[in-house]
Amino acid sequence: MVKYDIPSSSERSEDKDTEWSVVKPAAFTYHRAYDVNDTIAQLAELGPDAKILAGGQSLVAMMNFRLARPSALVDITRIGGLDFLAKDAGGLRIGALTRHRTVETTKVDGFEVLSKAARWIGHYPIRCRGTFGGSIAHGDSTAEWCLLTVLLEAWIVLQGPRGRREVPATEFFHGFFMTAAEPDEMIVEVRFPRPAPHAALTEFSQRQGDFAVVAASARLDLAENEILTSRIVLGGVGPQPAVVDVDLAGQPANEETWRAAGEAAAAQVDPPSDGHGSGAYRKKLTATLVARALAEAAA
Amino acid sequence: MKDIHLIALTVNGEEHEIVVESRRTLADVLRHDLGYTGTHIGCEHGICGACTVLLDGQPVRACLVFGVQADGCDVRTVEGLSDGEELSDLQKAFSRCHGLQCGFCTPGFLMLSEAYLSEQDGVPDEAQVREVMASNICRCTGYQGIVEAVRQVAEERAG
Ligand SMILES: Cc1cc2nc3c(=O)[nH]c(=O)nc-3n(C[C@H](O)[C@H](O)[C@H](O)COP(=O)(O)OP(=O)(O)OC[C@H]3O[C@@H](n4cnc5c(N)ncnc54)[C@H](O)[C@@H]3O)c2cc1C
Ligand code: FES
Ligand code: FES
Repeated sequence: MVKYDIPSSSERSEDKDTEWSVVKPAAFTYHRAYDVNDTIAQLAELGPDAKILAGGQSLVAMMNFRLARPSALVDITRIGGLDFLAKDAGGLRIGALTRHRTVETTKVDGFEVLSKAARWIGHYPIRCRGTFGGSIAHGDSTAEWCLLTVLLEAWIVLQGPRGRREVPATEFFHGFFMTAAEPDEMIVEVRFPRPAPHAALTEFSQRQGDFAVVAASARLDLAENEILTSRIVLGGVGPQPAVVDVDLAGQPANEETWRAAGEAAAAQVDPPSDGHGSGAYRKKLTATLVARALAEAAA
Repeated sequence: MKDIHLIALTVNGEEHEIVVESRRTLADVLRHDLGYTGTHIGCEHGICGACTVLLDGQPVRACLVFGVQADGCDVRTVEGLSDGEELSDLQKAFSRCHGLQCGFCTPGFLMLSEAYLSEQDGVPDEAQVREVMASNICRCTGYQGIVEAVRQVAEERAG
């Protein structure tokens, strides 16, 4: 066995202020919550600079950069009973503390799009730790879960000092990491009202596991070969998930329709340019990815 | 004013009680407070995977978990893989397949592979292994040896 010169605990505590006090994040106070009411009470007491800590896969990274400097963290990862996927009156409920990896490995009839899309989220260890609720709360405009809640017209269930409320995902994301959640509220679950057997998400990123440059998601209702309803939601083309105004009702489910819908979607967006891609490039990606997402949704 | 907490955690089967400041990451606590310097630190924001350890059996970026969160948990680091001087099957395969050169990324890749292989029933295909090994960054090997080592161990363990 390799031997390490491990200082005794008394030496360690003496050392603390001198040798090894180098740390990345700014100071905060750490608090642990054991249930939802406890979380809300602690958030109220600690004030608006306190933040919830879930999987930490966005928050701790931002704290290490000191892009986030919360005064206090309330760790919710030990709350029991919020890690679930449950079928409910034809729909599906997902608990806020459900890990991305659990969604990836749980196949739910009519909601296959969720488990398939999970593999686009970061990497395996990120998915083992990051949570569904954390992703929604973080509100990144290219986040797969944010897109799919808007695509499937899900409801975000929040609990706070004023009680419980449900906000439609279509009104939840306000752009640039801002959401309808108040600082003293906690996301407890997300409710998908009805199955979407014909839905898909696809994206392009520079390297596997990176956030998408552009992500496209599509949902169809089909009768034989005819489209009854359609819905397309994009990420990476603006500050929040963007619902595209393209109605494919009455059209045949075929390559020609997908290609034309991709072109129509690209014509509608005016994406920003940044280090990951120019606006013009994002428009091209939009056309290609929308066509792919529709084809995959119909398959 | 420092926010300090007394925590107890098990690392590779050995119990530790230690006082930590809340802003120290698990990587800091392992390396600096407990001396498990096998866990490496590259980027400290979740990209490189050099800090990967197992927390209650799950692979995590130790730079994105605070030490205080590991209170009461079971941690496994690269130091826990070998049995004394005897390297584990995975470590031997990395050596045999040239899955390391400078070795900086190796503790992270070993713990990532250890977690991944322990949840496999059958032998994963090469595409799956490649996808998982893309979780971490290696600047030296070009990944071929790493993928080959993990594939070989998957086959050996399946018997
Ligand atoms: C290398 C890397 C690659 C990644 N790639 C992707 C990717 O491709 N796609 C993607 O979508 N994500 C990606 N992520 C981010 C990952 O999905 C995070 O898990 C997710 O964004 C946040 O979830 P979390 O549980 O880690 O939340 P945390 O990081 O703990 O919290 C994030 C924010 O949400 C708040 N919060 C958390 N839970 C709740 C709650 N229940 N109620 C209210 N507020 C809450 C926190 O206060 C904080 O502001 C990546 C992360 C890394 C490190
Ligand atoms: S140091 Fe943790 S992922 Fe790079
Ligand atoms: S062996 Fe040098 S970084 Fe991987």
